[in-house]
Amino acid sequence: MIEVKNLVKSFKDGPNVTTVLKGINFSAKQGEFVAIMGRSGAGKSTLLYQMSLLDEPTSGEIRINGREAYLMSEHEKMLFRLSEFGYVFQDYALLPELTAIENVALPLIMQGLSSDAAEEKAKVALERVGVGARLNNLPSQLSGGEQQRVSVSRAIAHRPSVLFADEPTANLDRESSDRVMNIFRELHKAGQTIIMVTHEDEYARIADRIVTLDDGKIVNTTKF
Amino acid sequence: MFSVVNIRVGFYLALRQIRRASRWTTSLIVFVMLLTFLNLVVVTGLLVGIVAGISNQFRIQQTGDVMITALDTKDYIENSPQILSFLKTLPQPQVISARYRTSGTVEANYYSRVDLNEKPNETGASIVGIDPIVENNFSNLSKYVKEGHYLSETDYDTVLLGPQFVDRYSFGEQPGLTPLKNIYSGTKIRLTINGNTREVIVKGILDVPANSPLAARIFMPISEVRQLMGKTDYAVNEIAVLLKPGTDGVAFRDLLNRSGIGEKAKVQTFEEGIPNGVAEVQDTFAMIGNAIGSIGLVVAAITIFIVIFINAITRRKFIGILKGIGISGEAIEISYVFQSLFYAAIGSALGMGILYGFLVPYVSANPISLPISEAIIVAPLDGTMIRVGLIILTTIIAGYLPSRMIVRKNTLDSILGRN
Repeated sequence: MIEVKNLVKSFKDGPNVTTVLKGINFSAKQGEFVAIMGRSGAGKSTLLYQMSLLDEPTSGEIRINGREAYLMSEHEKMLFRLSEFGYVFQDYALLPELTAIENVALPLIMQGLSSDAAEEKAKVALERVGVGARLNNLPSQLSGGEQQRVSVSRAIAHRPSVLFADEPTANLDRESSDRVMNIFRELHKAGQTIIMVTHEDEYARIADRIVTLDDGKIVNTTKF
Repeated sequence: MFSVVNIRVGFYLALRQIRRASRWTTSLIVFVMLLTFLNLVVVTGLLVGIVAGISNQFRIQQTGDVMITALDTKDYIENSPQILSFLKTLPQPQVISARYRTSGTVEANYYSRVDLNEKPNETGASIVGIDPIVENNFSNLSKYVKEGHYLSETDYDTVLLGPQFVDRYSFGEQPGLTPLKNIYSGTKIRLTINGNTREVIVKGILDVPANSPLAARIFMPISEVRQLMGKTDYAVNEIAVLLKPGTDGVAFRDLLNRSGIGEKAKVQTFEEGIPNGVAEVQDTFAMIGNAIGSIGLVVAAITIFIVIFINAITRRKFIGILKGIGISGEAIEISYVFQSLFYAAIGSALGMGILYGFLVPYVSANPISLPISEAIIVAPLDGTMIRVGLIILTTIIAGYLPSRMIVRKNTLDSILGRN
C-alpha cells in the first residue's frame, strides 16, 4: 500500500544542511497498524509527513497504492489527502470557529457531498467515537480528549485508505488516551490501515509492528 | 478556481467565520465600509450638488422648465401676445411669466453730489419688467426680500434691487456693475433706459447668493419698463414656463416647436437655457469629488487588506490544517473573498439606507446654504450603484490578495508554525 525507498529529507538553514531522514526504506500493507517510535529528533514525525504527502522529500521514492508521489501535482496531492488519507494531529488541529459536527463535515463537503449529507455522515462518525452528545459544541467548549476524538472522527468519516496519527495521545490524560487508543484498536480490527507516531510503548504495542528510528534511520522492527 | 465545490466550501467556511467572529471587529470593519461608501457617494454628490444648486436657482428663479426668448436676430419675441394666449390653453404649464428685459443705468446719491466734476455714483444694470403677482407665483420672489417690501401691481415708480447693487450686500464689483452707496428701502435712485430717465424709490432689497440670477437685477412692474423702453406693443423679451410636476420639459419644448413657436422664438429647456459653463463646472466638481472619493476607496482597500491579512496570518496554522486535510487553497481564498464581500455589501447597504432614507431627502428639503448656492446632494441611483460595484470589487481584491499570500505558503510550515 505504502512503500518508501531510500527516503532522504534534509533541511537547509543558510549554509548548514541538517539531514533528518537518511535513506529510509519502509512499507505498510493494507489493513496493517504500524507504530513508529524513537527518541525526540529521531525523525518520526518527519517520516510521517513525507509519507502522508504533507511535505516533499529531498530524495527517494514514495509509492502509494502503486502511484509515485513525485509524479503527482500539488492538486493531485490535495485530492489524495482529501480522499485517501486521514490525519490525527497531536494538538487536535480543529478549526476553532466550526462546531464538532462542522469540523468533521467540512472535508466531506469538499468531496462533493451536500451540507446536509455531510453533516449526517459526520454525526455517525462522531457517535462512533462517543462524542455524539457534543455535536454542536465549538472546540473551545470540549475537553482535550473530546477534541481528539472529534479529530479522529474527522480523519475517518470519509473512510480513508490510511489513517496517519502524529502522537495522538501526547496531550491527553490517561483516561482520554485509553479511549482514543481503543478507538484506534477498533478501527484496526475493522481493517483500517494506521500509521501512528508515538512515544508510548503501551500504545505502540497495540500495533501489528513497531518501527524504531534513531538518527534518521530505522534501527529496529518488532512484529507482534 | 471557481468550481462549485470550492465556492460551496468557501461559503460554508466564510459564513461560520463571520457568524462566530468578534461582533466588535465585524462592526468596526462594516463601519469603515460605511464611511467609505459615504465618502465616495456623498462627497461627490455634495460637490455636484453645489453646482446643481446653482443650476436649480436658474430654473426656479429665472428660466422655469422651458424658456422662450427672442431669436438671435430680434430684440423681442414676435407674436408674444398670441404665444402667451396659446400657452394658456395648454394643460402642462403651472405658471407662465412674461418679462421685459433690458439694460440701462442706475444712479444714486445725486442729491448729495455737490461737485459736478465728481464721478457720479452710477452703474449699468439689467432691468426686468415683471407682473409682480405672476412673478411671485413663478419664482417666489417676495421670499427673497430682505429689506423693505415686495412690489404690488399698483406700484408706481418703485423698484426691487438685487444685492449686487447695494454696497452693504454686494459680492464685490463685477464688470460694468459697481455697487451703489447709501441704498436703503425708501432711497430714491435714477433709472435710465433708452435715454429715458425716471426717479424711482427702492421698495425692497433682495437677499440671494452671488450666483443667483436675481443678484444683479432690478425689478419693476412690467408697464413701467415698457414705458421707459418706449415700446408701444406688447412684445416681451422672455417667457418663462414652469411646468406642472412630472411634466417632461423636453416633450413640452418639442410640442411648442411643432406648434410653430420655434419659428418665431427660441424655445429651450432649462438645461439648454442655463448659462454656458455651469455644466462644465458641474463636471469639474464631479471629477474632484471622484478624486476625493477614490482616495477613500484606496484607504478602505488598505484597511480591508490589513484586516484580512492579520486575520489570515493569525490563522495561518488553521489554513495549513485545512490544506493538510484536503481543502483546496482556492476554497480557502474564496472564503476570504466572501468575507470581504460581506463587509462591503453590508457597509454599502447601510450607506444606501442612510443616503436615500435620510441624507438626500433631508438635504433636498433643507438645502445647505453656501455663499455660492443652496447645495443639495446629487446621488442618482445608477451612479451610486456603479460606486457600490467599485467598492465591492476593490474590497474583493483587497480580501483576496492577502489570503492568497498566506494560502500559498508551504502547508506543513503553516501547520507547524515554521517560517
